[in-house]
Amino acid sequence: MGKETEEIIMAGFGGQGILFLGKVLAEVGMAIGQKVSWIPSYGPEMRGGTANCSVVISQHEIASPIVLEPDTLIAMNRPSVTKFEPKLKAGGTMIYNSSLIDINEFRKDIKTYAVPASEMAIELGNDKVANVIMAGAYAKLAGLFSYDDVINAFPKFMPASKKELLDINISAFKKGYEYAEKLN
Amino acid sequence: MAKVLMKGNEAIGEAAVLAGCRYYFGYPITPQSELPAYLSKRLPQVDGIFVQAESEVSAINMVYGAGSAGARVMTSSSSPGISLKQEGISYIAGAEVPCLIVNVVRGGPGLGNIAPAQSDYWQATRGGGHGDYRTIVLAPNSVQEMADMTIEGFELADKFRNPVLLLSDGVLGQMMEPVDLPEPKDYDVNSKKWALGYTGKDKAERNLCSSIFLDVDELEEHNWHLYQKYQVISDLFSKGEFKDFAVEEHLCDDAEIILVGYGIISRILKTVVEKCRKRGIKAGLVRPKVLWPFPTAVMQRLAEKTANFLVVEMSCGQMVEDVKLAVNGKKPVYFFGRTGGTIPSDFEILNEVDKIVRPD
Repeated sequence: MGKETEEIIMAGFGGQGILFLGKVLAEVGMAIGQKVSWIPSYGPEMRGGTANCSVVISQHEIASPIVLEPDTLIAMNRPSVTKFEPKLKAGGTMIYNSSLIDINEFRKDIKTYAVPASEMAIELGNDKVANVIMAGAYAKLAGLFSYDDVINAFPKFMPASKKELLDINISAFKKGYEYAEKLN
Repeated sequence: MAKVLMKGNEAIGEAAVLAGCRYYFGYPITPQSELPAYLSKRLPQVDGIFVQAESEVSAINMVYGAGSAGARVMTSSSSPGISLKQEGISYIAGAEVPCLIVNVVRGGPGLGNIAPAQSDYWQATRGGGHGDYRTIVLAPNSVQEMADMTIEGFELADKFRNPVLLLSDGVLGQMMEPVDLPEPKDYDVNSKKWALGYTGKDKAERNLCSSIFLDVDELEEHNWHLYQKYQVISDLFSKGEFKDFAVEEHLCDDAEIILVGYGIISRILKTVVEKCRKRGIKAGLVRPKVLWPFPTAVMQRLAEKTANFLVVEMSCGQMVEDVKLAVNGKKPVYFFGRTGGTIPSDFEILNEVDKIVRPD
């Protein structure tokens, strides 16, 4: 990992797997020997509400796990863009789920990448893996860890008893990663 | 063992199992519910007992019972639930029964909210319930320490026959970090001679764990006995074997200002210290890892040479009183706090430092 510290916010509807998306990034960060933290921001709401999660991946000890000004925003739905785009650092990156976000005008001082993650997930036959497709796109665009780092880390935190879940998640990750290769 | 990514609440649960705790009694409340959820699955795997009681009051009294029998036992809750447990904690302290109580602090007073806070410091360090008593209070600042201090908490509770309180908060409970879990410890449930369940050859005719002393002289004697025990604990933490366990000092030797904070705040303060140093302000950090007994001796020593203290808390100012008592007017003690669930940023704390050391 070249960068000293990467602060990420991912946000979407409850049920879109936001917390799992964060967990994937934190697990991979840990697997490559970095300091990591993960924390959900949760309200009393349940499925259908908003969910967001802060992940920090750093070469140094992490002070607060709560990210106020992210380097990267992964936005899974429109309210997430409204809420967190203004908080991105200047020069930061936003990767957004263009299947559900029909905005074309963004801040000029950030890099934006559109990934139609929900549609890509349906192509894979499981609309629940849009989150891991975004993880794939993020891995490629952020360049903090290699493709193999992620593929090797997956079995460490996904129970072997759920092999079919592992397979679909790896396919989703690959799809997102390959899509992002074309964006660069 | 390889590091695993775990939530603070879950790390407490696993560490408790590794420490030989086989009994958990509690009642759900956010932001600590991952802990009972974890133990409800985990304890049956090790022939342990998990009971979701009908209320916090009954849960703490089940802890009283299991602890009296000689078991390693724990309960957990968040602020309003800990308030409900106070009567039982007072009984347990009076009867000198070891146990671990976890408070994953949320916003108060009253129902407050489910966001992180440090506003239960007074309740934790002043006993909390009625009567003259103390609980040993441990304050972790990472998921790793949530695990380590859980294990240490059981040891301290047994050593001093006293309830130990782990004072955490909503951030530490909910966040995930890599944690290195230690090897499991053997705990012999038949190791406490005073316990009701003790069956050794030297068993007394009748063991009794009780906090009732109807005779005036008897209660006075008992209270002075407890007081002396608390003095012994205080001494051990200030100059004895737990000295290094009790407090972390960081860059204090040449400091013109010392920041004081515990728990999650101490991590932010460490960043502030670094940023201060880069800007030519000699800042240091004191982090009490044990809140009762408070590291008074350390504060007294530092008050001889440091010009200023700044205490930062997620409350309107509670631990600051202990710092002031220790510094005893020798140097100014400033306070900065955020409350209601807001965690202060390094930027706003840096601003406070500037106001003190660079008032122009």
